[in-house]
Amino acid sequence: MKIDYSIEPPVVQGRLSLKQIEELVAKPMDTRPNKKFYIALSVSLSALLFGAVCLAFSFYYGTGLWGNNQPVAWGFPIVNFVFWVGIGHAGTLISAILFLLRQRWRTGIARFAQAMTIFAVMCAGIFPIIHTGRPWLAGYLMPYPNQHGLWVNFTSPLVWDVFAVSVYFSVSFVFWYTGLIPDFATLRDRTASKIKKAVYSTFSLGWRHSNRHWQHYEKAYVILAGFATPLVLSVHTIVSFDFAVSIMPGWHTTIFPPYFVAGAIFSGFAMVVTVLVFVRKIFDLQNIITIDHLEKMNKVILATGMMVGYAYSMEFFIAWYSGVEVEQFVFINRAFGPYAWAYWIMVSCNVLSPQLFWFRKIRRSVPLMIVIVIFVNIGMWFERFVIVVTSLHRDYLPSSWGYYTPTFYDLGILLGSFGLFFTLVILFTKMLPVVSISEIKAVADGAQPSHHGGEHNG
Amino acid sequence: MADKKVFAASALFNTPDAIMAAARRIASSGYTKWDVNTPYPVHGMDGAMDMKPSKLGFVTMFFGLAGIGLALLLMWWTLSVDYPLVIGGKPYFALPAFIPVTFEVTVLMATVFTVVSMFAIFFGLPDNSHPLHDTNYMKKVSCDHFGIIVETSDPNYNEAEVTDLLNSFEPVSTSFIYYREEEKYPILQPRFLMFLASTAIIVSIGTYLMLNKLMFIVPFNWMMEQDKIVAQNSSEFFDDGRGMRLPVEGSVARGFIPYPYIGEANPEEVLANPYLPTKENLDLGQRKFLTYCSPCHGNFGDGDSRLNGQFPNPPTLHSNRARDFSDGLIYHIMTNGQNIMPSYASQVTREERWAIVNYIRVLQRAKSANDSDLELIKNGDSF
Repeated sequence: MKIDYSIEPPVVQGRLSLKQIEELVAKPMDTRPNKKFYIALSVSLSALLFGAVCLAFSFYYGTGLWGNNQPVAWGFPIVNFVFWVGIGHAGTLISAILFLLRQRWRTGIARFAQAMTIFAVMCAGIFPIIHTGRPWLAGYLMPYPNQHGLWVNFTSPLVWDVFAVSVYFSVSFVFWYTGLIPDFATLRDRTASKIKKAVYSTFSLGWRHSNRHWQHYEKAYVILAGFATPLVLSVHTIVSFDFAVSIMPGWHTTIFPPYFVAGAIFSGFAMVVTVLVFVRKIFDLQNIITIDHLEKMNKVILATGMMVGYAYSMEFFIAWYSGVEVEQFVFINRAFGPYAWAYWIMVSCNVLSPQLFWFRKIRRSVPLMIVIVIFVNIGMWFERFVIVVTSLHRDYLPSSWGYYTPTFYDLGILLGSFGLFFTLVILFTKMLPVVSISEIKAVADGAQPSHHGGEHNG
Repeated sequence: MADKKVFAASALFNTPDAIMAAARRIASSGYTKWDVNTPYPVHGMDGAMDMKPSKLGFVTMFFGLAGIGLALLLMWWTLSVDYPLVIGGKPYFALPAFIPVTFEVTVLMATVFTVVSMFAIFFGLPDNSHPLHDTNYMKKVSCDHFGIIVETSDPNYNEAEVTDLLNSFEPVSTSFIYYREEEKYPILQPRFLMFLASTAIIVSIGTYLMLNKLMFIVPFNWMMEQDKIVAQNSSEFFDDGRGMRLPVEGSVARGFIPYPYIGEANPEEVLANPYLPTKENLDLGQRKFLTYCSPCHGNFGDGDSRLNGQFPNPPTLHSNRARDFSDGLIYHIMTNGQNIMPSYASQVTREERWAIVNYIRVLQRAKSANDSDLELIKNGDSF
């Protein structure tokens, strides 16, 4: 088969006109939600409520309801925190890094991925705060002049984390909102409802699609993408410092920052694909979020999956090569100790299952794709479980070894975080344009002047 | 409609090529107050409109550098100046460990201020009362048309010329855009004031309840209310109802030597002064005298404090009687109290009381100095 690589497939398929694109994207906002929407929402709200009740019990009776105890003091809250922060990374990668790399196929999925970043970071933010035991005193994490005369310890990775995650959330939100402003203006000008118009006018800030504005706006978009790129790399690097800066065998390794970032992108892409395949089907966006886009995302999953696999094997190699006995013990214990089941779930889900994406047919098959990305999601959750729990449960002192088991409440709060995430995603799909209207119009066929080279940045 | 003021003349096109051509022509015709509105940024429009490159990057640079400076300044001041603390053997100003927070603050300030200043200062947004809003023109350029406007405020604006020029591009349609009728929304409306007042009241009540009530109910108070024995409080654990235990009879607290003549008005024998009037000792005595004795006896022991006349007058310490007191007797008076003067044993420690005695001796000597003492000072001899 001869393939001409000089011609890219069109970003928007089906030769849609600008108006058709707009109508397609705005349709969920123009129509009343149907029965399926309410069913989906009630399922996710039930999960959220379940988690909220478990959390309320934890607040009332204290964190003793959880499985965390010496020697595994970190347990589920930190596992879930790292998992959710990682999910968020794909959104910034798609919206910022792929934008800087001029990957035009990102346009169809960027808005959605950015929204997922924001929701995932919201889910992540809950866990370290509840893990402190008294979340109502979380304000102490911020440096502010107080009557105790105390300041936070700026040299501690845990404080870096506070800064990294809160800045990540703020910048992602600003980036997302900046992208939404022209769309709010478009929605404002197409709606007939007075209330909707008032809301959209407020959020559009009175945007006029002026080219004197577009000029600065595009500049700002590049600047935001330029800052979001090192930011997203820094966030999971700093999360990995929580582990790597300690002297715990199995944590104290220099491979952690790149390994965590690769893992974050891996899990984030898997989550984006998981949700997107449903969204494009339900909202009839197959022409905007095309199978080509999904295939490209699956390629990223394959690549990052192999990076993660490389990191797993390199950890073992360094443990052997370093000659440090406890380090060697920790890794042998990881693979063949009491938590071997978790380790092998992780390896088979993260390293083996994405290998199927070598086959073009599988990359382009929606049902198989769903199965694989869900495996990846499970595997990446177990990766964090393995890192946190297996290192802690058998440290230097054999007399304090233990076996960590999560309790009912731990599982309930994890379920609740998924409930929160999907509730926000479901509400988002119905309330805001899931695809950037102005960006997708700009990459449609014939949207750019022909004498200017047209597809010049393809 | 005739009395409406025209804001701009506009033309609509339906292809990006047409708008590019029109923009080039308008730009070369010398107009300055004109604009192109497109549903998305059209590539090459900046050049066609002859616009200068965006200066937004300077804002980003300024606030990014400000972020670096502020973050480092904060960490330097808090951890090296205000509350220096050695952490992990690092120096007070541990630059490598400050890098992550510096980076995050830089990114936050650079991005947020870039976006805010772009919308607020560069664009003057939010502005929902611009003449373009709610026009058919706006609705079209929001969707799939490309529009061009020439404002009447342009110095070269001439209605006939501009209309001819716009029509020469063969647009889909042309129209005039009018200023909207002035709408006044006075800020000090009763409803708005009510809103402000109720917000203030709700926030105040909410803050009060959060800080003063919520933190003291279950489970937030579980840190404060524990089943342990709290110092000075009662407890049901012991039969006598006290939380703390009484010391064994006859125990003596560390550093406190029991005074044997307590309660005697005129003791027959007193203690000898164990302290020499060294410089340190006299400095201590002076400090304590000025704190505890001078309010009644005066700064120099003359009995002339400002309490004089409001109270049974405190005696001077320079009377012959007082000068003849032994050191031990003065110490006894301070420890035991005399007439209306209470005991100072609880406020002033044993060593401090003896230091005050030595200082009183200095005052007494100075107040009734002889000429021979002057000679001694002149010669530089010690006393």
